[in-house]
Amino acid sequence: MITDGVRVDGRKLDELRPTKIEVGVLERADGSAYLEVGGNKIIAGVYGPRESYIRRLLEPNTGVIRCRYNMAPFSVDDRKRPGPDRRSSEISKITADALRPSLMLENYPRSMVDVFIEVIEAEGGTRCAGITAASVALADAGIPMTDIVVACAAGKVDGEIVLDLSEKEDKEGEADLPIAIMPRTGEVTLLQSDGNLSEEEFSKALDLAIDGCMQISEIQKEALKNKYLESME
Amino acid sequence: MIYVDNKDFVIPGEVLADDDFYSDRGTFKESGKICSSLIGLISIRNKKIRVIPLKSKYIPKKGEVVIGKIEDVKFSMWDVNINSPYSAFLPAFEVFKREKRELSKVYDVGDVLFLKVLDVDEVKKVKLGLKGRGMGKFKEGIIVNITPTKVPRLIGKKGSMINMIKDKTNCNIIVGQNGLVWVKGEKEMEQLTKNIIELIEAEAHTSGLTDRIKNKLNSILGVDDEDEFAFFDDETDELEKPRLQNFKDELKIEEEDDFSE
Repeated sequence: MITDGVRVDGRKLDELRPTKIEVGVLERADGSAYLEVGGNKIIAGVYGPRESYIRRLLEPNTGVIRCRYNMAPFSVDDRKRPGPDRRSSEISKITADALRPSLMLENYPRSMVDVFIEVIEAEGGTRCAGITAASVALADAGIPMTDIVVACAAGKVDGEIVLDLSEKEDKEGEADLPIAIMPRTGEVTLLQSDGNLSEEEFSKALDLAIDGCMQISEIQKEALKNKYLESME
Repeated sequence: MIYVDNKDFVIPGEVLADDDFYSDRGTFKESGKICSSLIGLISIRNKKIRVIPLKSKYIPKKGEVVIGKIEDVKFSMWDVNINSPYSAFLPAFEVFKREKRELSKVYDVGDVLFLKVLDVDEVKKVKLGLKGRGMGKFKEGIIVNITPTKVPRLIGKKGSMINMIKDKTNCNIIVGQNGLVWVKGEKEMEQLTKNIIELIEAEAHTSGLTDRIKNKLNSILGVDDEDEFAFFDDETDELEKPRLQNFKDELKIEEEDDFSE
């Protein structure tokens, strides 16, 4: 799948797919973002902080975040059976966990923030793309946060460590390592690993993924600034 | 060492300054650096750095005036929606004292009221009351919704903006701290006022706004008052510059403002 350091889709080993982020695409949500990474198309919507309608989830000293990751039936080649499944429940949970450390919800006790991530089209790496989009949407909603979380994956394909796996590379490659970080401090808020990596390969992949996160982080900041600077002119 | 200027646009996580400054609302301190926690504009005063948010939710505080909609009628209280993460209620006692009357005959679901926050308790239940001038149910009129942080901008310094709009459109306008605005006047004027308020919300961060809004209103209404205009020019120049720093002062003014007309 790799010939002379060039991957199937023509990228270099450490090259990201073209990424585009748009802020404030939903009129009725408190915050929203639309994101494209290669063939992925994702919309994230944020509502809140609002009164929690689920009593048992309430925290007396802080707000809580809930995430829902969902793939559209037409987002993949074979029709995806609609509704929650094992995979989307897992991604919903890890997304909430990855975003939580960045949020400062102490000023909103007994409230709830809802994050909805809808995958319209999928081409590998949707969990990372979802986290990236959700964090931008949270910032757009005016929720206080210490940093904008960004996620990116690295992996092993044909014995080589590569950045930002596409769907084909993810399925046919040897390993996949999605991470989420807070770019200012470099804290890791998500680290998953699928497949086998040696210790050396692992640290190489981790460094590469962090590097990718930093690049995407710049795109996130750019997108947020663009939206508001536009409205200021 | 400071890395930003007054009125700069910042995003969450952006490093604003080193330790020799003080961290105020919208910022936090981490390992000797002051960082922004919100999307907003920088305001620096007396070495205090603050971020004025562009969007926010209304957090009720004791003593503030709000506009709320009756959502439910219970046995001894009304549930009121005040456009906030926390639910509010108006106890029957606040309206009738010891008298026994049927609640739904006084205020029913869907009524819009001008209220005062009496208390916010430890479980964030918001208790409302009607004590104060002009408090009570609105008859007719329309409701406009803006972001709560932009309320001071709509009021203007010492009410300059809101009074100007009232003058020009002959509408009654009442602004709740929670971002709901009630407008009553002639039908066309109500619609015009609504558009103007929405324009103010969209352009709240620009300077010389009172002037431009006045200009726009004049051209729409076909009024020409050059003399008055010149006077306004001077006044706004003076008040527009410290606008961001004066957010708090403006809020206070708003509280003291007399809404009953």
